[in-house]
Amino acid sequence: MRKISADSAKILPSDITPYHRYLSRRTLLAGGLGLAAAQGLGGFARNAFGQSPAALTYVRNAGFSVADPPNSYKDITTYNNYYEFGTDKSDPSENAQKFRTQPWNVTIGGEAELTGSFSLEDILKPHPLEERVYRLRCVEAWSMVVPWVGFPLGDLLKRFKPTSKAKFVEFKTLFDPKQMPGERSSVLEWPYVEGLRMDEAMHPLTLMAVGLYGKVLPNQNGAPLRLIVPWKYGFKGIKAIVSIKFTERAPRTTWAGAASNEYGFFANVNPAVDHPRWSQASERHIGASAFGPRQPTLAFNGYAAQVAGLYSGMDLRKFF
Amino acid sequence: MWQIRWIGKPIVFAACLIPALHIGIGALNAADVLHIGGISLGADPVKVMLHTCGRWTLNFLMITLCMTPLKDLTHWTLWLRFRRMFGLFAFFYVLLHFSVYLLLDQSGKLGALWQDIVKRPYITIGMLGLLLLIPLALTSTNKAQRRLGRRWTQLHRLIYAIAILGVWHFWWQVKKDIREPLLYVCGLTILLGYRLWKQRRTLARVSVARFARTDAP
Repeated sequence: MRKISADSAKILPSDITPYHRYLSRRTLLAGGLGLAAAQGLGGFARNAFGQSPAALTYVRNAGFSVADPPNSYKDITTYNNYYEFGTDKSDPSENAQKFRTQPWNVTIGGEAELTGSFSLEDILKPHPLEERVYRLRCVEAWSMVVPWVGFPLGDLLKRFKPTSKAKFVEFKTLFDPKQMPGERSSVLEWPYVEGLRMDEAMHPLTLMAVGLYGKVLPNQNGAPLRLIVPWKYGFKGIKAIVSIKFTERAPRTTWAGAASNEYGFFANVNPAVDHPRWSQASERHIGASAFGPRQPTLAFNGYAAQVAGLYSGMDLRKFF
Repeated sequence: MWQIRWIGKPIVFAACLIPALHIGIGALNAADVLHIGGISLGADPVKVMLHTCGRWTLNFLMITLCMTPLKDLTHWTLWLRFRRMFGLFAFFYVLLHFSVYLLLDQSGKLGALWQDIVKRPYITIGMLGLLLLIPLALTSTNKAQRRLGRRWTQLHRLIYAIAILGVWHFWWQVKKDIREPLLYVCGLTILLGYRLWKQRRTLARVSVARFARTDAP
């Protein structure tokens, strides 16, 4: 990956369609029968209206993108870890199709000047969208390359004016067992909780994603709003976010709570620290030849130059 | 009963090969060697191959262990005529499982294999189960059975330990959702529990018989 540059400065506000305008466009699209099909999406991964995902307007952020070729849309949207919709990789794409992402509200709480419940439109309105091609490394030792569409989480958090007490950010997924069949089982504690340290949350690489391959995020990928932290294991990327809370103490995150010896709060990709039951030194790249070799895992998933400084002086074996 | 030998066994044999055929074709499809529609191993073919072979190893171990209880229940000895075939299929699938793991998952690196065996308990016990199956497969012929006599029966009781190791191996490697391994634990508990119960009953009868004998004038 190239170093982070001022490439994002190339994006002019005039280049961007605000999310609310895109949404009204989608309503138009919903009326325009067959238009979505004409876009050649083949009806794959339909959204709540039975339409193919609507296209987003965004600017590609090359400075924040890896050069590796992205995985296919099919692989990215049918091979998902999203236990709210089932524990098999194929479950989310099958069980999330009827999931309703409208209306959607996000509660902002905790140590900030501005708190309350906000509609998704209000959350997204001021943020220009950009595409970033990121590596994704799952804690299960497989990886993908995904072209996300979103905006920096830090830009969103700043709007709520976190106080000096805000040391961490806690995120929660929707708890709705009627819509999310996985939440009826006790495989994990629900709702799913994730968290970041404030400096991690404010890091320019940390992304709030609303899209994938230039289109609205399919439900199985965490629609309507999900977190992407490319230097951490995939489970940090909480999906279908309904709550963001500024806290003084580290939140108790779901996987760390389920097995604290296997999953840490930080969960930085680290080939030198194995999962107790499997090696993290290498990964199987989804979409690579089945008969090819595994690829070596990179420290901080290849983003060490940008983020290693956040952890200087920390024992990463202890804080895994 | 020529029908068993010439009709029953070949049909069952062919059926036992279906999972292997499925992943074989799927693997060749994934490698772009074949293009047979409808058979796909998904986004992570190696994982599917690995898990399918592992599951079928456990399935065949369970099926093998079902034969004696089925014989007892139905009073048909016919079941026992299939037991060796099922046992050997367990061995066949564990060899496939191991080969996929070593050759595809670990790219044939013996160093990585050794590292895994030493460092990862679930692989240690899985390997142990595989090694213990080898003498059973080697002594599965009629000739070996005759030659070993009573010791053959003792040796083949290893299957109980192997089944426990196999299920344990599965239990230890799942991330969080233990429902499927739990199913195997339940099945195995019933199958092994049945044997314990039967043995106790037989022992009780023997001791009653002995007591009766010593008590007699």
